[in-house]
Amino acid sequence: MGAAPLHLAVALDGTGFHPASWRDPSARPDELFTPGYWGDQAKTAERALLDFITIEDSFGLQSSKFSGPDSRTNQVRGRLDAVLIASLVAPHTAHLGLVPTANTTHTEPFHLASALSTLDYVSSGRAGWRPQVSSRLDEAAHVGRRQFPTVDRRHRDDPAAAALAGDLFEEATDTVEVVRRLWDSWEDDAIIKDQSTGRFIDRDKLHYVDFEGRFFNVKGPSIVPRPPQGNPLIAALAHSRVPWEFAASSADVVFVTPSDAADVPEWVDGIRTAERTVERSGTPLKIFADLVVFVDDDASIAADRKAWLDELDGWPMRSDAAIFTGTAAELADQLISWQAQGLDGFRLRPGVVWHDLDAIADRLVPELQRRGAFRTAYDNGTLRERLGLGRLPSRYATSAASASTQATRSVGAVG
Amino acid sequence: MSTPPLKQVILAAYFPGVNNTTVWSDPRSKSQIEFSSFVHLAKTAERGKLDFFFLAEGLRLREQGGKIHDLDTVGRPDTLTVLAALAGVTTHLGLAGTLNATYHEPYEMARQLATLDHLSNGRAAWNVVTSSDAFTGENFRSGGFLDYADRYVRAGEFIETARQLWDSWAADEIVADKESGTFVRHGLPGSFAHHGAQFDISGQFNVPRSPQVHPVILQAGDSDGGRELAAQTADAIFSRHSILGPARKFYADAKGRLAKYGREWDDMKILPGVSFVLGDTPQDAAEQAHLVRRQQVSPQTAILLLEQVWNRDLSNYDAEGPLPDIDPDVSTTSIIQGRARMYPDPLKTAREWRELAEAKKLSIRELIMETSGRLTFVGTPGQVAESMNEFVQTDGSDGFVLAPHLTPTGLDGFVDTVVPLLQERGVLRTEYETTTLRGHLGLPAAGAPRARKVATA
Repeated sequence: MGAAPLHLAVALDGTGFHPASWRDPSARPDELFTPGYWGDQAKTAERALLDFITIEDSFGLQSSKFSGPDSRTNQVRGRLDAVLIASLVAPHTAHLGLVPTANTTHTEPFHLASALSTLDYVSSGRAGWRPQVSSRLDEAAHVGRRQFPTVDRRHRDDPAAAALAGDLFEEATDTVEVVRRLWDSWEDDAIIKDQSTGRFIDRDKLHYVDFEGRFFNVKGPSIVPRPPQGNPLIAALAHSRVPWEFAASSADVVFVTPSDAADVPEWVDGIRTAERTVERSGTPLKIFADLVVFVDDDASIAADRKAWLDELDGWPMRSDAAIFTGTAAELADQLISWQAQGLDGFRLRPGVVWHDLDAIADRLVPELQRRGAFRTAYDNGTLRERLGLGRLPSRYATSAASASTQATRSVGAVG
Repeated sequence: MSTPPLKQVILAAYFPGVNNTTVWSDPRSKSQIEFSSFVHLAKTAERGKLDFFFLAEGLRLREQGGKIHDLDTVGRPDTLTVLAALAGVTTHLGLAGTLNATYHEPYEMARQLATLDHLSNGRAAWNVVTSSDAFTGENFRSGGFLDYADRYVRAGEFIETARQLWDSWAADEIVADKESGTFVRHGLPGSFAHHGAQFDISGQFNVPRSPQVHPVILQAGDSDGGRELAAQTADAIFSRHSILGPARKFYADAKGRLAKYGREWDDMKILPGVSFVLGDTPQDAAEQAHLVRRQQVSPQTAILLLEQVWNRDLSNYDAEGPLPDIDPDVSTTSIIQGRARMYPDPLKTAREWRELAEAKKLSIRELIMETSGRLTFVGTPGQVAESMNEFVQTDGSDGFVLAPHLTPTGLDGFVDTVVPLLQERGVLRTEYETTTLRGHLGLPAAGAPRARKVATA
């Protein structure tokens, strides 16, 4: 194995990331909303010894347009709540990390903290969270709590768009801060069950979080005792400066989208710059590159498969992440060469889940193992431990040992 | 004349809660938060062919006298997240959770409940509660915004909105025909609009129609307004009437309100929350019950419960000694926060308790044992099975929500000994005959076959 271990995750979304993937012969579109469909994907990912899966989510219907619903009838529409999917598959897996997407714009930070703590309990320390903001007008109308200006997100220089993005990520930063405080609000040894005094808890080890910010106030403490990992893993997808800085101040893992190997150093540099800007201390962000993958035994078959799906959909597939078509050996080459440019790992987005997730498990992973580049068995341990992040003490713990570690954890909420 | 067929006894398993009825001091008591405890109770309930598992919701830790309450079990999980995980380890058991209509929003909660219904193949249920206290509101964006009088307005509009969202996908909306390339029949599935006093929302619901269409709805309201809302909207009432006489009155009153909403007598089930203690003989059961009561009312808990009536710091009093001579403090606001107020007239309660303590020569602790948290069914398995069956057959209820006092093994003995006796009497299934919770409860199918039309604004 090389100097640093390679980390591999898979992103799950419906029938795969190609919009026409549901029409592939392998696809099971009529099972999309059944428990077995999600259990099977998780078990396949665990068979592949992957670090974790992410599960996509949103508060609105899928759409080919950014601005809102598109009225198309030839793509998958409808999805299930990602945190609950992760919870469902937890008892069916033993090692796989479970990282659902959950919205920060339209949800209650208190509920998010409780749900993710609980996911960490039901999975015995394998929970993560991908916080996601939403600026879609239709999603705001689903909640009715706030209205957004109409902005053209294609023009990042539009001051209204920049202001909205700034607000949404500031709120996301506050949300993560509150969630982390709630996770820390019970010290690890708060439950005492002391028969002589009749006390179940030592209430001096429970702490109000007393968060007050622009968007909400939260008193605390959490209703859920401190989760097994202390803080479940937080991962953010980030494409530009504002989200990079959000990731740098709030996350443990960042997903980036370089277009090719030569592009990787620029992304890594952007992330490291963001870390300095927000004065991140402690463990640097683990950087994962996202790739959409179509994997076959023959490179031309993979390319033809994608082309056929493009034709079915009526458009060449568009993606923020680079699209790979080729063999498992070619993909292994690419992962190893990109990793050398400063990456910790990859989040692979299967083009067609029941073809390309299987190919990851049955072709790519054995290929990486043959090269000594990927684990051949899971170690016991939590998701954080697998990523070399360990378990942090509660920021409220009073012992000297934990206080020094704690200083490195304080993440500055903007504003 | 033939006798009418026996009613089936509906049974639910309540996960022990965060109050003094849950005995944590017993050596057999296990974690209130580890997933293995939830799995144990759910699998035990499913082994006993019970109808559903029931989990309450916590939104703020209880406080008394400005301090976090530390004598009872503290700390619980997020309701829906546990239920989704349990969906993965059970196959037939209904999965019910309390969710507060004040501190959730319809779009998000409707999609979570619809998700749970999909992931459990039709076993989801929602116990609707509302609260108006600013104390709980301090944990949420909205704060303590709801007027006390608006609790049922909020709950009613929430349920109506949720059902509108659940109806918003037509039963045949998903085509998923690979050949023709049609995934959904219409361009904008899930279209909805609700313009009301509590919620003003519109758009597209993004969870397709779930197996039950409408997850089962339970309500706990006991006031006139609560009963009326239940008669209008609920599939079951989680009631507090566990004494046969008052229970029968409540049953007749609540069901009597159904007709005016065009509903049948059996369309809403009445399920009181009950406790139980089993013994080998009647004497053994009585002794066990006394022991449980002593565990539930520790000396510290006795003083604390007394303080809830007296509204004063009584920590200097001896729980094994007599009641305080001073009267309750009715001049200031309540010292308890985070749970409902139990005693509306403290001076009257104090007078009655003094008389009772004097007549029976009771200490503070003995008095609290006598006046709080009565155990509903105490006896041998045969006695308990008989009393429960009689309670149901004489229209005290349609069944029970069983609240064991031990986590998580408190239901084991009941399933091993009482369940077979109920099955022998033909009032409890020996195998599940349906797959959805609606099916288990004998409720009518829900939801219009077509998506509701959206009124254009």
